[in-house]
Amino acid sequence: MRDHPLVQLTLARMREFYREPEAIFWVFGFPIVLAFALGIAFRNRGPGELRVAVLRGAGDSAMATALARAPGLTAAVLDSGEARLQLRTGRVALLVVPGDPLVYRYDSTRTESRLARLEADEVLQRARGRADPARVADQRVTEPGSRYIDFLIPGLLGMNLMGSGLWGVGFSVVQARTKKLLKRFMATPMRRSHYLLSFILSRLVFLFLEVAALVGFGWWVFHVGVRGSFAAVAFITVLGALSFAGLGMLVASRARTIEAVSGLMNLVMLPMWILSGTFFSYARFPDALQPFVKALPLTALNDALRAVMIDGSRLTELGAPLGIVTAWGLVSFVLALQIFRWR
Amino acid sequence: MLAPPIHCAGLVKRYADVVAVAGLDLTVNARECFGLLGPNGAGKTTTIEILEGLTAPDRGEVEILGMRWTGGANTRALRERLGIQLQDTQLADKLTVEETVRLFRSFYRAAHSVEEVLGLVGLEEKRGAWVGKLSGGQKQRLAVACALVSQPELLFLDEPTTGLDPQSRRQLWDVIGRFRAAGGTVLLTTHYMEEAERLCDRVAIMDHGKVIALGTPRALIASLGAEHVVEFALADGATRAPSPSELSALPGVRAVRPGLDRTALTVAEVHRAVPALLGLLERRGAELSLLATHHATLEDVFVSLTGRQLRDA
Repeated sequence: MRDHPLVQLTLARMREFYREPEAIFWVFGFPIVLAFALGIAFRNRGPGELRVAVLRGAGDSAMATALARAPGLTAAVLDSGEARLQLRTGRVALLVVPGDPLVYRYDSTRTESRLARLEADEVLQRARGRADPARVADQRVTEPGSRYIDFLIPGLLGMNLMGSGLWGVGFSVVQARTKKLLKRFMATPMRRSHYLLSFILSRLVFLFLEVAALVGFGWWVFHVGVRGSFAAVAFITVLGALSFAGLGMLVASRARTIEAVSGLMNLVMLPMWILSGTFFSYARFPDALQPFVKALPLTALNDALRAVMIDGSRLTELGAPLGIVTAWGLVSFVLALQIFRWR
Repeated sequence: MLAPPIHCAGLVKRYADVVAVAGLDLTVNARECFGLLGPNGAGKTTTIEILEGLTAPDRGEVEILGMRWTGGANTRALRERLGIQLQDTQLADKLTVEETVRLFRSFYRAAHSVEEVLGLVGLEEKRGAWVGKLSGGQKQRLAVACALVSQPELLFLDEPTTGLDPQSRRQLWDVIGRFRAAGGTVLLTTHYMEEAERLCDRVAIMDHGKVIALGTPRALIASLGAEHVVEFALADGATRAPSPSELSALPGVRAVRPGLDRTALTVAEVHRAVPALLGLLERRGAELSLLATHHATLEDVFVSLTGRQLRDA
């Protein structure tokens, strides 16, 4: 068993990987650092205090006092030059010009400014005696699964599966080719299928660690849970890893130098880093681009992971994205076998 | 009668506009150590890779251990019986010696144990060392270990000692000697004539993709018609140098090869030729800056056939 060529080839793959500290960092450390940094930077704080300015004029200080008393607002009385500067640079969200009519000067494309206008208007109208006809009560909730980090972790998982699939397979194959090791293997009775399968097997072993590290980190630091089943997450990640291993094989099938394969890999990965909704939703791209974006393997993989982790979907509901991921893997693998340069 | 381990006829291989092998016939007999000798670019590596089934010839027939490279199960069965070391393979740096041998061993049905094969090449003490930390000679012995692990009947070695120091070279010669003593057949390429003379029963001297001489090292050297080479150079250059015809008229001189910085004479009897040469030079008033004699080597055979040195050909 231990001396089976597939076992020995897989062990060799794994040893070459874990004896390379840089590889360990890029596969395990980097996504965690990224998740940590982005999770902190975009944590849900609410809108925070809104700064409002009142232009020096009749009744300015009474107005400022009333505004400052409202929760979530701070107010200051400013001269016109200073007020214009602070409004332009975004240090105040809204400038109130006393008089009749009362003028609100603000940038209506800024969410903060529109919020400040609503809040300030309410305070000032009430101060002048407006009464609300209906009684209201607020109930505040924060729903896990709706935060940025909840969106980010499945995306990082998908991106990492892509990166380690492409680099892990593509780089090793081309390195073996440039070092004439591939040719040396061809001079033995080794089966080609064993060689290719060894990449898949070693990917699966490390995949387990990769997924556990990132999901575990998300849960431990940011309480990002998995709403669907772990089995579904496992299935999708295995499928994704196999698919990207196939793509890696295709990218590496002809390249003779490390430089050539690095270029090809970036060519394949760069569009998906941007388009596939890892860091922000791909719904922001124009409608004309959507069919193309949705056909990318990373988009489909991210969609499937988010559906399970955030919405708790079942695998049976994910036919379309999983079909896309599978198709990419199969087509790449078959194509790679056809054109593979074995020496 | 068993088929010879290697037989090929009419091999031709072209790369773009270069003819690497230009019609080559070769037969290597069982238990023989056969050397392909020639300068870089003579077509040695292309030839050996065609024989190894790694490169397809444009034309010609190859039979290895009575089998042909037909692909599939047949090819795999043939590979089980061969040991191959390629010229420029870099084994994985981050694997240990033992892991590397174990990996290659797993490809064969019958194989030496790791201990046995490391013993054969004298790397027992390095079994736990990373390949990247080995010296050039140790790496080369490991490459040979990976070739020997299959217990091959036929061993192919492509420039096994190129770039090694004399001690490492001698260690590899011992490994090859032990393999032959156990009944194996070897085909090796080299551009060291000393190595070919020492190891090979027969050599084929190659140039421009063709065999230009074939035989035992002794017979090839004897074909020069003389066993010694006398080289001399003059202190005052060419002005007083004797002409080639004057030199070839000296007693015992078989051939004259004027060179850039020295002139070489192929000589049957040194004791007659050297005094005659000295006499001739004295009569012309020429002063010697160098005088040396050595036994003729395969290098001299190559030079006499092509007019070029092996090293810089």
